[in-house]
Amino acid sequence: MSPAPDSFLERAPLELRDWAVNLLPAPTQWLAHQLITIVAILAVFGLFFAFTTIAERKLLARLQNRLGPNRTGVPKFSILPWHLKHTLFGLSQPFADAVKAITKEDIVPAAADKVLHYLAPVTVVAFSLMGFAVLPFGRQYIPVELDAALLYFFAAGAATELAIFMAGWSSRNKYSLLAAMRALAQLISYELPLILSVVPIVLVTGTLSTKAIVVDQGFWTFSLLPHWFVFTPWGFAGFIIFLVSALAESNRSPFDLPEAESELIAGHLTEYSGFKYALFFMAEYFGLTALSGLGVTLFLGGWQAPCEFLQFIPSYLWFMMKLIGMIVFFIWVRGTLLRLRIDQLTRLSWQFLVPMALLNLGNAAFWVLSAHWAGPLQLVRWAVSLAIIVVPFVVMGRSLTAGYAPRTYRYAP
Amino acid sequence: MLGSGIINGLVVTAKNFVGSYHDPKRMVTQQYPEEPTVLPENYRNFPFLVAENAADPMGTLRCVACQICEKECPPQCIIIEKSKDKKPDASGKLQLYPAVFGIDTSVCMSCQICVEVCPFDAIKMDKVFAIAATDRFTGLFLDREKLAKPNSYYHEIHPIEAAEVDDRLAADRKAAEEKAKAAAAAKAAAAAKPAAPIAGVADPGPASPRPATTTVNPASAPAAPAPKTPPPSA
Repeated sequence: MSPAPDSFLERAPLELRDWAVNLLPAPTQWLAHQLITIVAILAVFGLFFAFTTIAERKLLARLQNRLGPNRTGVPKFSILPWHLKHTLFGLSQPFADAVKAITKEDIVPAAADKVLHYLAPVTVVAFSLMGFAVLPFGRQYIPVELDAALLYFFAAGAATELAIFMAGWSSRNKYSLLAAMRALAQLISYELPLILSVVPIVLVTGTLSTKAIVVDQGFWTFSLLPHWFVFTPWGFAGFIIFLVSALAESNRSPFDLPEAESELIAGHLTEYSGFKYALFFMAEYFGLTALSGLGVTLFLGGWQAPCEFLQFIPSYLWFMMKLIGMIVFFIWVRGTLLRLRIDQLTRLSWQFLVPMALLNLGNAAFWVLSAHWAGPLQLVRWAVSLAIIVVPFVVMGRSLTAGYAPRTYRYAP
Repeated sequence: MLGSGIINGLVVTAKNFVGSYHDPKRMVTQQYPEEPTVLPENYRNFPFLVAENAADPMGTLRCVACQICEKECPPQCIIIEKSKDKKPDASGKLQLYPAVFGIDTSVCMSCQICVEVCPFDAIKMDKVFAIAATDRFTGLFLDREKLAKPNSYYHEIHPIEAAEVDDRLAADRKAAEEKAKAAAAAKAAAAAKPAAPIAGVADPGPASPRPATTTVNPASAPAAPAPKTPPPSA
């Protein structure tokens, strides 16, 4: 690993924070230090959420040969003598949406459990934000350095399921409750493959610390090919399982059963309106962003540059670029795939993803045991590791789809 | 293989994404207020009155206030008041004209019956669709001045149909001229032979379904020379 570049850009945000903290009296400095970190995360990922929504709408539109929202410009402020008439390509849409959500009437059903109904959107946002605390956004940018960061991340992430059930239960609405039950079934089903897809990383690196996992990926072959875990057979399989499970965990299409509009109105969101509704959406996107950030950290080398000579670009920019790539991929998937049925959903998890993840765990164990193989044995190592994944994939794919695929359409061409 | 369908689907949407930026066949959206809508030739709604001359639309209306459309209109949204006096029309013949001609577009259902029944080709269907007003009684009630549009506008919006109408009017007028000439010749002959019965004279009067004298050549102006033969008396 080459010596860490210490350019001005790399250090600039830290210098700024230290300068601001040193302005304050010494006893309050630790508090200011933490608060600045929290505010920075909230501001950056709040804006990231805002522009994810507009990017999602525009991208989905393009995937379906439409234009997407492109009308929202700048309103005419009466205190300003001039008016910017440009529509800004609709990029101010999320702010208009926010104003709309805040000014909408907040309706609470008469029969609802008022306290839980109020708490559910608050807790869901709080828990979905907690995951950001342990993500290494850059070389020195990790809000909380925990040795058991991965454990903490999944513990905090699992708590959002409680909040969703809270919302469904407190609404006193049959659709909401049904959706909440579905959400629980789905989230618990996919919690298992999600965690099992991450365990191989822990096995190979021997640590639960996200910071150490990223540092372990900071090598290059010929200083061009990065040693990210996604470029190993077990890492690739784990990444795919992680992607599928992350989609299901964040309730996104094709796994958006809890809010299947055609079946359950809006699922657990049925009785929510105004800003509380927006909070649920915010939590969904925060959860997705946090899971994508974890995927980037574990499989895509975190803040590491893809080539050694590209290290002059600050590490946090690399992280954000990879994060945006993940989000775009998730939007692409949403624009392509159809929603699954509930039986297909659980079947996919228990009959396919969990066995594959367990096999992958064995694969990672083999990878660790064969770490000292050298020379031509390296090729054998790769071939065996590939075979452990590909052969069960083909066999299980055949046996699972026997009788189901290829589907014949009797009435449609 | 398991998952190949997903990859195929991703390829399809990726093609959509790339194609939507450079392939106009994929991106069919029209940005309406900025890009004017391209309406088909046969698109039609809300009638307008055809005037021969854009410079003097009130003086050259084809309408002779016969009130057939007013009576036929199913929702009864047309109001016509005949004039007290007569004005020469485009071909110089003295005709009544509508002193008041109004269409309430908030009532009009664009059924086109007024156009079907008009014997003078004086009312035709327009192509406007973005009619908006803050007050339905003043904004949506179109009076004579707002309804009158020149023949050139008719050619603009319905070129094929307008050409047909002009051809027909020209042919009718030619036929009427020849008939009038023949009538004049017959009259002359009758004058030579005073015993001939008057009833035998072919006289295209107002009883004929399409009075020839109201027809005009497309090129004729309000100051067009009067027909060589004297117009048959009404």
